Amino acid sequence: MFDQIRANKRKSAALIAVFVLLLAAVGAAIGVLIGYGLIATIVALVFAGSMAALSYWKADAIALKVSRAKPADPDQYRRLHNLVEGLCIASGLPKPGVYIVEDPAPNAFATGRDPKHAAIAVTTGLLEKMNRVELEGVLAHELSHVRNYDILVSTLVVTLVGSIAILTDLGIRMMWWNGGRVRREGDREDSGNPLAYIGFALLIFAPILAKLMQAAVSRKRETLADVSACQMTRYPPGLISALEKLRDDTTVTHSATTATAHLWIEQPMSGVADRGKLSRLHSMFDTHPPLEERIELLREL
Amino acid sequence: MATLLIVIAIVVLLVLFSVFMYNGLIRRRNQVENAWAQIDVQLKRRIDLIPNLVETVKAYAAHEKETLDAVIKARNAAIAAPSNPVAQAEADGAITGALRQVFALSEAYPDLKANQNFLALQEELTATEGRVSYARQFYNDATLSYNNKLQQFPTVIFANMMHFQKREYFQADALSREVPKVQF
Repeated sequence: MFDQIRANKRKSAALIAVFVLLLAAVGAAIGVLIGYGLIATIVALVFAGSMAALSYWKADAIALKVSRAKPADPDQYRRLHNLVEGLCIASGLPKPGVYIVEDPAPNAFATGRDPKHAAIAVTTGLLEKMNRVELEGVLAHELSHVRNYDILVSTLVVTLVGSIAILTDLGIRMMWWNGGRVRREGDREDSGNPLAYIGFALLIFAPILAKLMQAAVSRKRETLADVSACQMTRYPPGLISALEKLRDDTTVTHSATTATAHLWIEQPMSGVADRGKLSRLHSMFDTHPPLEERIELLREL
Repeated sequence: MATLLIVIAIVVLLVLFSVFMYNGLIRRRNQVENAWAQIDVQLKRRIDLIPNLVETVKAYAAHEKETLDAVIKARNAAIAAPSNPVAQAEADGAITGALRQVFALSEAYPDLKANQNFLALQEELTATEGRVSYARQFYNDATLSYNNKLQQFPTVIFANMMHFQKREYFQADALSREVPKVQF
């Protein structure tokens, strides 16, 4: 279990390093095609970074507002509070805010920029359908997101994706309007510059690549949260049972949106299952690994 | 001149490194001691909940004197027990066993089972048992982290010089490994 956690953290770090390399490659491509590669990259980073920073700072308030979450009354939701407190003792974390979302579909999410400013929300559907150990497993999963600073990680990733999107967008537009440095310097000799072709291809494909990598990072962190949760409770069957119930339940969560999809424990809006080649392509953009896979992994612990 | 500077730089780095190592060990050791103290906090919380439980049950099942007396006796024994871990664990085991009998009572008394107060107390006591085990788990995790740091190279070289010692884990003793009996 501890080894898996360490390996997962290493791999997430590697993924993010590749991301940064991709950004650097795009910046270089811009440099070759239009010029001002370094400045453009820095500007894009600053722009995307400041937007992401704002959402990161207010992460808890925003996510809660969007999902219409209400604070959970300690007297009414005694068991929920007790379980969260127990898990905080086990992990040494301060107790996060506990919230309720009125929704019949069982689901839960965690948010907050660091353990001191964190919040956990569960749907009323989850409270109804899960028993004590299953609920504890789900809560441990959410607390693990807080403990592993997953909000920070996803903000970093979103910044990188945003910068790549801005750069490629700018790049393509500028090439379209200015004719680009290649053509300007622009003799017959220059039009065959291979770097220009590579750069152009990169500009077109980088945004999709970035989205794919964002999904990959998200999936890795979800797996990390699953294993971390079992380390917290030392009781994998609780979370396994909860995931099995989630797998067999077909109610669709209505309180989620595409923007908050990655925060929830189970992929919301997965009502329609695709089959065939297209589904494989779709699954590469999933923010969560498939439930079957998660259950199998936990059984191995 | 250059060699002098290099020597000074190395010495400074060594000093800084030792400071970081020392602080790291201190921090972890303090966390271990804090974790140990927190276990007692949770045990005490459980002991404090018992009188309330006994009163609630008495209202419905007054003639179940034996079971109720057993739990009161266990509670008093726990308060009076000496501070060493073995005695504490024994007293703790006695309380757990006695409490289990009390909760089993509710099966025979549907009015008691439906009583809000009783349900709330049952939830609190179950949660507190959870908290006690999590506190012990956290103590063990803190001990693991401390022992790891202590025994890893290069900290191990300095640790002996600075008189840091390995800590022991909290172990379930032979008593509490018995399967508890519930009698109806």
